[in-house]
Amino acid sequence: MIIAERKPMEEIEQAMAPYKKVLVAGCGTCVAVCWAGGEKEVEILASQLRLARSAEGNEIVTLEATVERQCEKEMVAELKDKVAEVEAVLSLACGSGVQTMAELFEDKPVFPAVNTTFIGMPEKEGLWVEMCGACGDCVLDRTGGICPIVRCAKGLLNGPCGGTRKGGKCEIDPEKDCAWVLIYRRLEKQGRLDLMREYYSPRNFRAVKRPGRVQAVKA
Amino acid sequence: MNGCIVAFCCEHSAYPAADLAGKLRLHYPENIRVIRVPCAGRVDVIHILKALEKGAAAVLVLGCEDGACHHITGNTRAKERVKYCNMLLKEVQIDGRPVAMFNLSPNAPHKFVSAVNEITKIIKESGR
Amino acid sequence: MATPFREILKTKDFVVTAEVGPVKGSNVSKAIEHIELLKDKVDGLNVTDNQSSVMRYPSLGICLLIKEHGGEPVFQVTCRDRNRLAIQADLLFAYSRGVSNVLCLTGDSIDVGDHKEAKQVFDLDSVQLIHLVHTLNSGKDMAGNELDGGIDFCIGTTATPSADPLEPQLIKVEKKLKAGVSFIQTQAIYELDELKRFTEFVRNRDEKVKILAGIVPVIGAKMAAYMNENVPGIFIPQHLIDELAQAPKGTGVSKGIEIAARMIKQIKEEKICDGVHIMFIGREEKVPEILEAAGLL
Repeated sequence: MIIAERKPMEEIEQAMAPYKKVLVAGCGTCVAVCWAGGEKEVEILASQLRLARSAEGNEIVTLEATVERQCEKEMVAELKDKVAEVEAVLSLACGSGVQTMAELFEDKPVFPAVNTTFIGMPEKEGLWVEMCGACGDCVLDRTGGICPIVRCAKGLLNGPCGGTRKGGKCEIDPEKDCAWVLIYRRLEKQGRLDLMREYYSPRNFRAVKRPGRVQAVKA
Repeated sequence: MNGCIVAFCCEHSAYPAADLAGKLRLHYPENIRVIRVPCAGRVDVIHILKALEKGAAAVLVLGCEDGACHHITGNTRAKERVKYCNMLLKEVQIDGRPVAMFNLSPNAPHKFVSAVNEITKIIKESGR
Repeated sequence: MATPFREILKTKDFVVTAEVGPVKGSNVSKAIEHIELLKDKVDGLNVTDNQSSVMRYPSLGICLLIKEHGGEPVFQVTCRDRNRLAIQADLLFAYSRGVSNVLCLTGDSIDVGDHKEAKQVFDLDSVQLIHLVHTLNSGKDMAGNELDGGIDFCIGTTATPSADPLEPQLIKVEKKLKAGVSFIQTQAIYELDELKRFTEFVRNRDEKVKILAGIVPVIGAKMAAYMNENVPGIFIPQHLIDELAQAPKGTGVSKGIEIAARMIKQIKEEKICDGVHIMFIGREEKVPEILEAAGLL
């Protein structure tokens, strides 16, 4: 799922500085799960803003609302009345949600309160790790199910690089595993190291021509 | 609620302790608003923040002693939430409005009193 | 005019290469000094490519200077800063100006350098880069178009014999050998057993490729510890760190040179591999001392 992290408070406070009445809008899907922008986070952020502005003597009125998915036009449309009452919207959704909000309510400034970071999963409670690079040309079949595009810091298809740290950690960050060492171990377990011995030709970086566009057909 | 100390009191420990303090006529500041909760762990971050928004000078969360929580981990969770709350307040530079957790048993009215006194002292020192 | 490197590889018993590290700026006077100092003492002079992800005068620029001064350059190309179009274009240019040896590397990550917010390109990896040079050598570009004016590079690459774990690294070395390389310049070696094991692995798969052991003098125990922690691909064993720690104050550099020369001598005497590649960036003027102490001058 999409992982996001709340922006530094200074950025949010600065963005909200010119406004006296805002809608703090959350999303109940990905950002709720990763504790960045769900209903609870909306409540807390709105309260923090009210406390801060009250202390400054420059009160702010906040409306709060969380929709199930902020990237769905129909769901965002439900916020029409609340948006009409405010000067600006502070959205805690991922970039997709923020933009849907901005598109539906073109006359209102919409500010992102989180930084969308990656597609990932929880390694353990509260610890999110990047898993998928949305490269549009999935090679997980060749690497024992470990993505070399984003889990290898250099995105190598014929890894590892020569910089692997002792014990199989990544050159860039000793906390992170070298993806190619992980791939090696996984394929070795499965007796399929021949996959790693194969030469992989240069990646098609235009597999997804950004901005991406996919027409799906319902079965 | 202006200038009050809001005290979320667990009904298994802090609430009877507060009650006993009253019965024994132990002295503690008057501006305290006791809110009875089934467990300190029932207190959520937003409750603390809203108490402050409503004008509380400080917020206390009082629960059972370590290992004695009727709901097993309620007091541990409360402790973490209080810590988190302080971080949230620091983020928006709201200093001097203490949020603190205390652990006590139901027959420790003096502990209730000393918690309230300690917080009152901190409030005075921060000039609020 | 220097003897072409590919010929030296075929005929010489013990090949010696060194490195010139470009400076940050357009002032090439120091590089020229180093070139003049080293060009006749070694068989090939590598020029690093934005080494350690620090922006510097380009490798190709110094390679041209080496040519001008009658030396034999080895053009180091990493995959970090340029995409496949830029790399192909650079190779065409390099060859047209007489640079005909290329070392194919992946490249350090941006994070170890001084432009920490830059985009890492890595359009290709080192194995793909080796294949790319072969493609160009055959008269076509990567997209299959015929070249008007081809190239013929002598291709080399790197390897890290002291990698831990070693097996994944060896799988990659195997891919590089299959792709076809004329020489391998290894990362710094400090344990000759590791070098022997590596050489054996390579020889079992390719009898012709020349292996040049990487020699990076360490001039102090602190530096050794720093390098272990911060420089990718370097592992300095404790006993060498201890030997350095025991050297009297102010003798760090000579101790480092002594250790390096000792290793080179042993490699040569025991014929462990086909030569050495000396990397003493920032202290290029000391390289002749190492060569002398190792009996190579």
